[in-house]
Amino acid sequence: MSDALRPTGSSPTSETSSRAILAPGYSFTSVTDKIASIALSRRTPWQWFLGALTGFALTMVLLASLSYLFVKGVGIWGVNQPVGWGFAILNFVWWIGIGHAGTLISAILLLLRQPWRNSINRFAEAMTIFAVACAGIYPLIHVGRPWLAYWLIPYPNSMSVWPNFRSPLIWDVFAVSTYATVSLLFWYVGMIPDLATLRDRAKKLWAKMLYGMLAMGWRGSARHWARYEQASLLLAGLATPLVVSVHTVVSFDFAAGIVPGWHATIFPPYFVAGAIYAGFAMVLTLAIPLRKLYGLEDFITVRHLENMAKILLATGLIVGYGYLMEAFMAFYSGNVYERYAIANRMVGPYRTIYWSLIFCNIISPQILWFRKARRSVPILFVMAMIVNVGMWLERFVIVVVSLHRDFLPSSWGMYRPTAWDWSTFAGTIGLFLALMFLFIRLLPMISIFEMRQILPAAKAAEGE
Amino acid sequence: MSDFTRLREAAGTAGPWRSLGELGASADFREHLHREFRVPIDSGVDRRELLTLAGASLAMAGLTACTRQPTEHIYPYVKAPEEVVPGEPLFYATAHVHGGYARGVLAESNEGRPTKIEGNELHPASLGGTDIFAQAFVLGLYDPDRSQTLSERGEIRPWSAFLAAARLAVGKERPGRGAGLRFLTGATSSPTFAAQMAQTIAALPEARWVVWEPAGRENVYAGAQAAFGERLEPHYAFDRADVILSLEADFLAEGPAPARAARDFASRRRGDSPNRLYVAESTPTLTGARADHRRPLTPAGIESLARAVAAAVGAISGAASSDPFAAAVAKDLLAHRGSGLVLAGEGQPAAVHALAHAINERLGNAGKTVVYTEPVLAGPPGGAAALAQLAEEMRAGKVTTLVVVGGNPVYTAPADLRFAEAMEKVPLRLRLGLYEDETSRLCHWHVAEAHSLEAWSDARAYDGTATILQPLILPLYGGKSAHEFLAAFSEQSDKTGHDLVKDFWRARLPGDFDTAWRKAVHDGVVEGTAFAPRSPSPSLRPLDAKPPGAAETAGELTALFRPDSTVGDGAYANNAWLQELPKPLTKLTWDNAALISPSTAENLGVANEDLVDLLLAGRRLTMPVWIQPGQAEGCVTLPLGYGRTRGGRVANGKGFDAYALRGSDGLWSRAGLEIRKTGGHYPLATTQHHHAMEGRDIVRTVTAAALARDPDAVRKMGEPPPGPDDTLYPKLPAAAYAWGLSIDLAACVGCNACVVACQAENNIPVVGKHEVTRGRAMHWIRVDRYYEGSLDDPLTVHQPVTCMHCEDAPCETVCPVAATVHSAEGLNQMVYNRCVGTRYCSNNCPYKVRRFNYFLYSDFPTELAKMVRNPEVTVRSRGVMEKCSYCVQRINRARIAAERENRPIADGEIVTACQQVCPARAIVFGNIADPGSAVSKARGQRRQYGLLAELGTRPRTTYLASIRNPNDALPGAAKTGGDHA
Repeated sequence: MSDALRPTGSSPTSETSSRAILAPGYSFTSVTDKIASIALSRRTPWQWFLGALTGFALTMVLLASLSYLFVKGVGIWGVNQPVGWGFAILNFVWWIGIGHAGTLISAILLLLRQPWRNSINRFAEAMTIFAVACAGIYPLIHVGRPWLAYWLIPYPNSMSVWPNFRSPLIWDVFAVSTYATVSLLFWYVGMIPDLATLRDRAKKLWAKMLYGMLAMGWRGSARHWARYEQASLLLAGLATPLVVSVHTVVSFDFAAGIVPGWHATIFPPYFVAGAIYAGFAMVLTLAIPLRKLYGLEDFITVRHLENMAKILLATGLIVGYGYLMEAFMAFYSGNVYERYAIANRMVGPYRTIYWSLIFCNIISPQILWFRKARRSVPILFVMAMIVNVGMWLERFVIVVVSLHRDFLPSSWGMYRPTAWDWSTFAGTIGLFLALMFLFIRLLPMISIFEMRQILPAAKAAEGE
Repeated sequence: MSDFTRLREAAGTAGPWRSLGELGASADFREHLHREFRVPIDSGVDRRELLTLAGASLAMAGLTACTRQPTEHIYPYVKAPEEVVPGEPLFYATAHVHGGYARGVLAESNEGRPTKIEGNELHPASLGGTDIFAQAFVLGLYDPDRSQTLSERGEIRPWSAFLAAARLAVGKERPGRGAGLRFLTGATSSPTFAAQMAQTIAALPEARWVVWEPAGRENVYAGAQAAFGERLEPHYAFDRADVILSLEADFLAEGPAPARAARDFASRRRGDSPNRLYVAESTPTLTGARADHRRPLTPAGIESLARAVAAAVGAISGAASSDPFAAAVAKDLLAHRGSGLVLAGEGQPAAVHALAHAINERLGNAGKTVVYTEPVLAGPPGGAAALAQLAEEMRAGKVTTLVVVGGNPVYTAPADLRFAEAMEKVPLRLRLGLYEDETSRLCHWHVAEAHSLEAWSDARAYDGTATILQPLILPLYGGKSAHEFLAAFSEQSDKTGHDLVKDFWRARLPGDFDTAWRKAVHDGVVEGTAFAPRSPSPSLRPLDAKPPGAAETAGELTALFRPDSTVGDGAYANNAWLQELPKPLTKLTWDNAALISPSTAENLGVANEDLVDLLLAGRRLTMPVWIQPGQAEGCVTLPLGYGRTRGGRVANGKGFDAYALRGSDGLWSRAGLEIRKTGGHYPLATTQHHHAMEGRDIVRTVTAAALARDPDAVRKMGEPPPGPDDTLYPKLPAAAYAWGLSIDLAACVGCNACVVACQAENNIPVVGKHEVTRGRAMHWIRVDRYYEGSLDDPLTVHQPVTCMHCEDAPCETVCPVAATVHSAEGLNQMVYNRCVGTRYCSNNCPYKVRRFNYFLYSDFPTELAKMVRNPEVTVRSRGVMEKCSYCVQRINRARIAAERENRPIADGEIVTACQQVCPARAIVFGNIADPGSAVSKARGQRRQYGLLAELGTRPRTTYLASIRNPNDALPGAAKTGGDHA
């Protein structure tokens, strides 16, 4: 079916120019047709059903796990003394990290005028929203009395008690909720012109109504466009510092603590770099199967993949520097606790996890120095998966391995995740997948109008 | 599906219906209904009947929820008793009896409910401190598994029926002058009980009283018999001893008065001239952990050491040994004539006791550090021989009536006696027991025993001082005391326990009886009842000859049987506080394990938690092993008291029954043990997984010599803490009170009494083995144990850790909802209502003293569980953090009292629960803003240091470094620390 939509005379991806961010042979109409048809007219491929079903099934696992959690208490997880935070917090950090790429692509690359971002920003933003949604679940459910979690929000109350503004967890509440709000707005505002397109092209009444409502009366007038440009620039300006701030604040959860292995000034930059690293890995993880499934190789070209690979490599190196500095500073400080914490990561009971993390995040990405590897779709996909796992392991090392052996050896312990830890984690992956599949089925997963914006330049490059 | 036509028709005509099955009235459905409800459910219940049933079930629900069934009407006092003020606890002096010896206590009563045990300062075995058993026995009072009825062959009977049966039994025995009558009891020192027994036997002179105490003091008496020709009770003045040699005498944790021993020992530990303790032992004990020099030796090795020391001091003839340890000890003892002390443990054979007596005699220690009195325990000589004779008689059919008072001989008897089998030969078996246990199962009559907080009794302390035990509550289950039970076999069967005890003392108290009685009951001691010291004639028997004793061949393993350090001989096995209490050395909870030395483990190729088969004299037991540093090579310690089958819900199925291996020929140790790996694995729950300090200055230990050389030796250890101005935080405003706690590690013996006291005082829940395995034990104060030095013979140190109440508390800044905040007086407070349970505070606590309710640990539904709770302390629910509060309820009680009298809180007015029970007086609490307070004085000592103070937490709980006083002549001296950086 994808062939039917391919412009006549054009050949498959392999023949597109290596620098192209849009395959040759497209017109304004064919770009619009191709993207809009995914939501409106094309038959849904069976793989979608498979994926969506998996996602929904796992979402049910999440609901079951949460129900049991609320009935029994957080004791169903592996958390204990001394490891008071386990999967919940590490998955929170992991999801928040993943949620970084979208805004980075949309906002920072927009401000930096990187037009290649246009074909990936929409679903990267969607990914951000869904990842933040998954992340947002954890802080609420990980507390002992989740029904009182709203006490973290400052609101006028009869108890006359404010939250403790010195606590990094309160900073988290602000950082994450702001980030989620701005990301959602940015995503939605950016989608309005495309929603109008879908409204105009929809055949079914319900689709017309739905998209019509969501398009908020967009008519595409010059005034609309002018306002739109202004709004999106403003939001980009707002979102840009947030990209840096969210993970900085999340890193404060650890850096502001006194636990050896947490208490380090390098945490904010290193967390931000790690988040971008994780985010781009997840964008690649999603983009590669999607472009294949929907025949979008012309829009998400090898150039896109290569660019993302370069970002992976760069942020991976920053993260590697972070690990190195952590170890060095622990040694250089001469502090017995810090030294022990680092040594314990390397040779302690969780050493396998530490060295797997080093392999995943530092050693394996070095393959991306090779152009061939950067342009090889299978290598990139495997690489992205490795980084996804590596970043998860990194959070495990930070959260669990630091806590399990801190100051007094008498209180050292081990953390072993339970089946409920895993089911909750699998459940949020399911929720993420389910939301993602709904998104690609119902909304334009690539920004139509932004693709059209780059069309003239692409045509010029083709020499037309 | 043509059925549907029928069903539709049926539906038209039938009344209400619940399912198609019912509508169709199929046979399957009827059967299903019958299976479910067991009543002819379709017979139809009319409205009247339904209401009757509902009313009855409601009434039954109400009944079963109560512990006391008689109708009771609640009225306010018309004339209130003078002393009862709601909300004000009352304290009554009584005693906890352990192994027959009284340990004086004050029992706290809140509105008639005994809730907490404190030490009785007037009692010689307590002096205000208690041990873990005394702390925990209040929980046993409310044990729902306690026997609740009097029964004959499982049928409930009234007390009068039992009285008739007892009278009948006595009547049957009378013609034979009681020849077939045997009374089997545990060790007892109760003068009333002894008198009753004497009276009963006087009436039936052929009847016999047999005493069986599984971990009793028979060896001690036999040792005195060997040395002096008479059974004597030695007791020791540790406060007067400069040099002590313990031959596996764990006097700080076991024995007649460990709390008193710890008090006396510790008093000589912190001063300028500390005593010196040498310990030779086969299995590590708390006393060994305090030793300046400790030798792990096999039982035979201990005996040869005793012999060598005796020879070296000239107590026996024989060549001086070449053993430098023995030589050094002997030299030290000789240098301290009259202030030395040699003592042997209950598990040592009589010969070793005799040697110890001979040495003390020779060195002039007798009468100074060792005092001899007549035996405190009443009754005939006990031990395995007496029980074996009884078993023999029973098997031979000579016993026609067996009366078992307390104890649990079927469970605790040596396995080779096959006691249960022998007992079944007795035609009539009557039993008084707290539980319907292994022994009760084999008895025709079982009488529920009253808990010692429910009954009148009396008992003697280690020095003979008698205590009147008074009840604080009517028997919850209508139990009877041992006195009332025994009276049933005499002419006094109509007397109450109160009268029996009071009548006994009526003739024996000087002066006006009522005044004297009131005073004795009030004080918890009967004045002038301590036994007079005796000066026994010196050795009657030659000790020089090498006794036959079981020779150990090289490479052979020796089994050691010892009462478990928390459940004792099994009597405390159903006490959840004690089950969850980490054993002081292994830190195991809820289980026992075969303790083996690291090298034995290496030879056998076994690791912790491996299941092994233990074979001894044809008996077999499968048990997990636990590697115990400091265990003597080739010795395998098998703690008794576990593997109960009818001990109650807490006890049953926990651990492994070491009695199954124990024979009457080796009650305490027996060579010839074989161990075979099974390949199986059994998880054990320990609260401490890491045993080294990793070079951190956590427990600081100095030698007395190093401290004398440099008074600042302790401060120079480790990184100096930041000064008072090195902080970014604003200074706390000065308050009238600044609470602080000081723990003297030189005094602390690691006995765990503080842990149980805290649990009782602060309503700390028990979480169970599984949760302990997952690292979720809830104790607010824990006693950390670290090893230093070699694996085979390490230095063992203990450190109680409470909340430090840091002035700059890391937990407070990170709590997002301000649920943990600082009080003006420096308390780090936990506001349970505000806590949402992020656990961030616990992560950020460098001392890891915070405890989290991962589940609903506190027992909310059980009514009985509520009775033991301290009404002044919140019972925490699920999802809430908790931790040591410095017993804020006690602070506030003192504050209210002081404010009412318009005066400041006096020093010593507030005593925290851990401080109150500490037998060594290692814990001092008070106002550090007052330079004259005891705690300020403690903190002012040169040995003072703050745990992890270099982090800038400014802890309010501080420590005084431990002192060791090694003998420079011995090579181990360097190891015992003091000079480590």
